[in-house]
Amino acid sequence: MKKLMISTALVAALALPAAAQETLDPNAKAGGDIIITYKDDVATLDPAIGYDWQNWSMIKSIFDGLMDYEPGTTTLRPGLAESYEMSEDGLTYTFKLRPGVKFHNGREMTAEDVKYSLDRVTNPETQSPGAGFFGSIAGYDAAAAGEAEGLSGVSVIDPQTVEIKLSRPDATFLHLMALNFASVVPKEAVDEYGADFGKNPVGTGAYSLGEWTIGQRVVLTKNPDYWRDGLPYLDSITFEIGQEPVVALLRLQNGEVDVPGDGIPPAKFQEVMSDPDQAARVVEGGQLHTGYITMNVGTPPFDKVEVRRAVNMALNKDRIVQMINNRAVPATQPLPPSMPGYTEGYEGIAYDVEGAKKLMADAGYADGVDTELYVMNTDPNPRIAQAIQQDLSQIGINAEIRALAQANVIEAGGNGSAPMIWSGGMAWIADFPDPSNFYGPILGCDGAGDGGWNWSKYCNEDLDAAATEADSMAAEDQAEARLQAWSDIYMKVMEDAPWAPVFNEQRFTMKSARMGGDDALYVDPVSIPVNYDYVYVSE
Amino acid sequence: MAAYLIRRLIQSALILLGVSVITFLLLYILPADPVRQIAGRSATPEVVENIRRQLGLDQPVWVQYGNYLWGLLHGDMGRSYLQRSEVASLIAARLPATLQLMLGAIIAELVIGLTLGVVAALNRGKPLDTSLMVASFAAVSAPQFVVALLLLYVFAVKLGWFPIGGYGTFSHLVLPSITMGIMGAGWYSRMMRSSMLDVLRADYIRTARAKGLGRMRVILRHALPNAILPVIAMIGMDIGIFMGGVVVVESVFGWPGIGQLAWQAIQRVDIPIIMGVTITSAVAIVLGNLLADLITPFIDPRIKLR
Repeated sequence: MKKLMISTALVAALALPAAAQETLDPNAKAGGDIIITYKDDVATLDPAIGYDWQNWSMIKSIFDGLMDYEPGTTTLRPGLAESYEMSEDGLTYTFKLRPGVKFHNGREMTAEDVKYSLDRVTNPETQSPGAGFFGSIAGYDAAAAGEAEGLSGVSVIDPQTVEIKLSRPDATFLHLMALNFASVVPKEAVDEYGADFGKNPVGTGAYSLGEWTIGQRVVLTKNPDYWRDGLPYLDSITFEIGQEPVVALLRLQNGEVDVPGDGIPPAKFQEVMSDPDQAARVVEGGQLHTGYITMNVGTPPFDKVEVRRAVNMALNKDRIVQMINNRAVPATQPLPPSMPGYTEGYEGIAYDVEGAKKLMADAGYADGVDTELYVMNTDPNPRIAQAIQQDLSQIGINAEIRALAQANVIEAGGNGSAPMIWSGGMAWIADFPDPSNFYGPILGCDGAGDGGWNWSKYCNEDLDAAATEADSMAAEDQAEARLQAWSDIYMKVMEDAPWAPVFNEQRFTMKSARMGGDDALYVDPVSIPVNYDYVYVSE
Repeated sequence: MAAYLIRRLIQSALILLGVSVITFLLLYILPADPVRQIAGRSATPEVVENIRRQLGLDQPVWVQYGNYLWGLLHGDMGRSYLQRSEVASLIAARLPATLQLMLGAIIAELVIGLTLGVVAALNRGKPLDTSLMVASFAAVSAPQFVVALLLLYVFAVKLGWFPIGGYGTFSHLVLPSITMGIMGAGWYSRMMRSSMLDVLRADYIRTARAKGLGRMRVILRHALPNAILPVIAMIGMDIGIFMGGVVVVESVFGWPGIGQLAWQAIQRVDIPIIMGVTITSAVAIVLGNLLADLITPFIDPRIKLR
């Protein structure tokens, strides 16, 4: 009954021809300036450091990496690399760089810059939160420990060619080269600004930084020499910072804002959707997100698989989804539906209160049991936790709700003191569209240590071995088998049930009437929340 | 006077030291790890430990505090964990907006509060007096978040008189100033009312009336200046209250001041920013109180500073 989804599978064509020209949207008009709001500050625009909702896509527009994605999709395409080759054993990648690409400071980008950038992000002094992604590059361990000057696996063959050797085959490697953390930066600008490079970013991207008034606004202006011909369409984007989502929505309704970057506030969702004029300007899309309950397998009663399965059976997911105004779909498994490797046709652990009660009795908890449910204290999470609490009380689990600030919940999850956590507000959204990204840090043994994000502390060494094996299947003819392997891994996870997957959040972006471009750009799975390079204004 | 000033300055320095110690310790025992916030969710344990070591967070708390204080005494508030920028420059960039808002709030609370207080006093016992005092009570107890959204909705969205949040011009300043000043206005109207009533009962007012001066003239020339002074002396105390209010008001109105900075830093356990804003606020409060005390003798010559 299991069918595999490989629509967006990583099918790496060897020696891809140069795709310098792409077909552009025939309706697109160049010019115009738009205003986008965010609540929280833009902390930094340094691609080695930025890891926030609001700066992720800005960084994507200022910088480029060797690889990139087709706009609005999860399909890889070459970026600063014009073409690439993978060796027979999957251990060596050779990238040919696109000639004539210039940084915003006017200097031409070369292979030296690629090496410098990868050395920099893995250098411990950079303190990059993304350093760990590059663990498969040869020489990573020595570089990360500060024992080596740069990555021994990355070498410059000539100014247009860079070769990257891996210490193990890594099927996700091309995705890693598309991460913000792998963006190419010019050494001279980093040297000049030092720790303040994040406030003075210089890249090769579609936009350069125009103005930054701390706490008020960031303005990106069009890079007239951008190497993708005809892009970007907009002359500038002004990000106004510090705007409450409710206020941003009011301003949008008043015609002052083009996109409220933090989305439609939950309290206003119904109001917006019931007005046809406003609802027409809302774009809905899937995102690589799963909301789940973690159950600490080292803490009674969740050390018993019967109890964990009973929790899965006790949840009325449809009702929880209704509670958040249907802004999600019920989840059946850890992977979200739009992720390659998602197991189609698997129904998940079915809602069955009587069955759950029986399992509780089998586990020796016929008389009920007390536990705690940790949750982040912002709406709608405490309400969702109450619904979960109610469902659990049906089967004799009395969960006391602990609503805390995000950092405190993460701490309790990391150190293993939280028996149950509702992941809302902290849930996993994929860094890159590959099934492996939902395993290692949150379900694998690596994340189960003290402080790790595997809050269930679930560690199944057989599955870890299977995961390593799956990720070594880097050849293109293995892509399908690899996704099947990942599908199997997540089905085994469901058998052990360290999580109760609850729902997959949908994304809703609202825009002003004048915003143009394919709807997919407004719910881009990679350039979150909006792909700024391809959107335009129609007046 | 000089001896008094020196003593007060030493006291102030001790208070600031105490504030810094207590805040630092509170942040230290907080069950949230700042390194986790920097390292993010995908970091390996090695990356986490490396960051902890580089920031000196692996050292005993008294060493950490010593380092911080040493930097502070040399004018260095450190760098933000998440933004990597210097805390002093982040605060400096946002402080003018907060000061502007506080000035606006002081003007708003004085204009509204004093006017209402005088009107109430002059109509003592009448229905107008009673309703004004009920209104002032409501103003003192109204949650700022609600007031902010209410004002924003009515005057910016529905009537369009003011911009919907933001910063820059005088019209941006009006609604946040009123929001922040409204609590003080309620407070001041009550104080002004009783102060005015005291003055109106004073002998010199009766004398002025007796020598044939007009009612308005007596109120404006003789009663008001005397009634207003003790009220004005309270402004120094307001700064502390405002420092709490800016967090809410700045968030709702998108006002780019240090309140927003503090709020975001608290969410992400960005300790250098939290420390920096706390100390800056503490300095403002201490100075405000000191100033209020220094002004008092000029207002009321019966008070002597010793």
